[in-house]
Amino acid sequence: MFLALRELRFARGRFALMGAVVALIAILVVILSGLSVGLANDGVSGLQRMPVASFAFQENVSKDAAFSRSVVGQDALDTWAEQDGVIGAVPFGNTLVNARTDQGVEIDLALFGIETGSFLDPAIRYGSAEVQEGEVVISRTAAEEGIEVGDTIILQPSEAELTVVDILDDQHTFGHVDVGYLPLKTWQEARAGVRPGDVVPDRVYEEFTAVALQVDDESAVDWAAADEAAGTTSLTREESYGASPGYTAEIATLQLIQWFLYAISALVIGAFFTVLTIQRRQEIAVLRAMGASTRYLLRDSLVQSIVLLVVSAGIGIGIGLALGAAVSATAMPFALEAAPIAVATVLLLVLGLLGAALAVLRITRVDPLAALGGSR
Amino acid sequence: MTAALSLKDVTLTHGDGEEIVLALDHVSLEVGPGELVAIVGPSGAGKSSLLAVAGALTPPTSGTVRLGELDLGTASRRELTRIRRERIGFVFQSGNLIPALTSLDQIRLPLTFGTFENPRDPRRLLAEVGMEHKADRRPHQLSGGERQRVGIARALVTRPQVLLVDEPTAALDRQRSQDVVALLAREAHDHGVATVMVTHDHDVLHHCDRVLEMIDGRLREPLAETA
Repeated sequence: MFLALRELRFARGRFALMGAVVALIAILVVILSGLSVGLANDGVSGLQRMPVASFAFQENVSKDAAFSRSVVGQDALDTWAEQDGVIGAVPFGNTLVNARTDQGVEIDLALFGIETGSFLDPAIRYGSAEVQEGEVVISRTAAEEGIEVGDTIILQPSEAELTVVDILDDQHTFGHVDVGYLPLKTWQEARAGVRPGDVVPDRVYEEFTAVALQVDDESAVDWAAADEAAGTTSLTREESYGASPGYTAEIATLQLIQWFLYAISALVIGAFFTVLTIQRRQEIAVLRAMGASTRYLLRDSLVQSIVLLVVSAGIGIGIGLALGAAVSATAMPFALEAAPIAVATVLLLVLGLLGAALAVLRITRVDPLAALGGSR
Repeated sequence: MTAALSLKDVTLTHGDGEEIVLALDHVSLEVGPGELVAIVGPSGAGKSSLLAVAGALTPPTSGTVRLGELDLGTASRRELTRIRRERIGFVFQSGNLIPALTSLDQIRLPLTFGTFENPRDPRRLLAEVGMEHKADRRPHQLSGGERQRVGIARALVTRPQVLLVDEPTAALDRQRSQDVVALLAREAHDHGVATVMVTHDHDVLHHCDRVLEMIDGRLREPLAETA
């Protein structure tokens, strides 16, 4: 480190320029991480918060539109309830609707139909007010649109009315739309577009979107056999996120951009240290002639790259977090979470270091003979 | 007494087939502790090749090179690096100092390559070569002669058995050349360092204990008027 730190100090302008590039990449990584988490929350936070291991959808349903296309019935529910390892099986309904309130607030809602008293019921999960027929409990994010407890939400175009009885503390969204929890029967009527006063056929009350499943040990359940018996296609909760509108495309796009940034970081740092090593060829030849081992020289250069990466990535992440905090205060779907930022930071450092390591390996090819006069 | 540096019947060839070049042609040389030997000769005569072979930078095509009792031909690449670090000092043209380091750090640098039993004190050594007052200066802030003085101190800090000096006066004026070679002679004699100096500069040869001439890869005693 004797030489590494002194060279960092001596050529601080050159290293600062390189560090600025790494810092800018780190800022972008933090912002993209925040956007990814924000979009994921906006897309599937309603599902993420569900105490569910899997959903059993209609057999062979398209996996990217399972929540909107799947229809299952009581037989599937009963079959799943009897499976070994399954400790809970309840009906779950999911429909996107347009609505407005009696106060004139236009809002889209993801209506989650749940069996009251079941493990999906927000009254059980969060201790919210019990939701009865014709009532709804909404996400905090819906309240931020201007809806209050006691307001009436009027579904379009059926004009069916739901009374808001409670507002949940956290964000519950699905497909970038706020979630409203309501009793299954009310959900089934809303899904069928039943208008006030309509005669409702019995079959409306026999259908729901999926069977929500709780298990004590996933490996104890014979998923294939159970799907076969129930006539369903089951997806784990995480797999079901892909059925949220736009979720897969959005996350994949942002992740691709993030991976490009990691690759660019590794390439930029690799290119910088390649040029630096080429410029230092004569100096390295002198050091080798004087008896510096290859390990000494590699360690020296790697220390430089580690200091450069850690300091500049640290500054970049700090700036990124400050910018992120400002963005979080806006309506943009953006959320700073420690784990994804930590993972992004580690990847940035590891890949940057890998790029630097590949570049400084050129040191091993420098011939100490180049230190003598005739070779200069 | 055993020679500090001994080359016996050493040849060195470059290239292959019809392009083969004989850089060293059956060269034999013995240098005793504290002896300063100058090698003169025209460009391309093989002077730098001699330093490369004697300095364990390249193996000879045939013949033996010994540092004291140690035969370099039996040493692995890693051992050769250790031998250069612990037993050989190099003084390069123009000093070849590290741009980022101050004069004092240039001399401390070799001591960071490994552990040494009895190294010389860098600050005292810097004073000995007359550079104490520029301990915190970097190479671009030094004159050519000053750079060479620091380069000599750097080469001596590990107490090497052999000092190999490559054209130390190439970029210096007459007076500075005399000073630098006088310094080399004093250090060689005072500290018992076997020193081989390659030079074009015939004006400094009177400081040396012995002068040899290299022509077309062969080493010989010089004609009287060249010494």
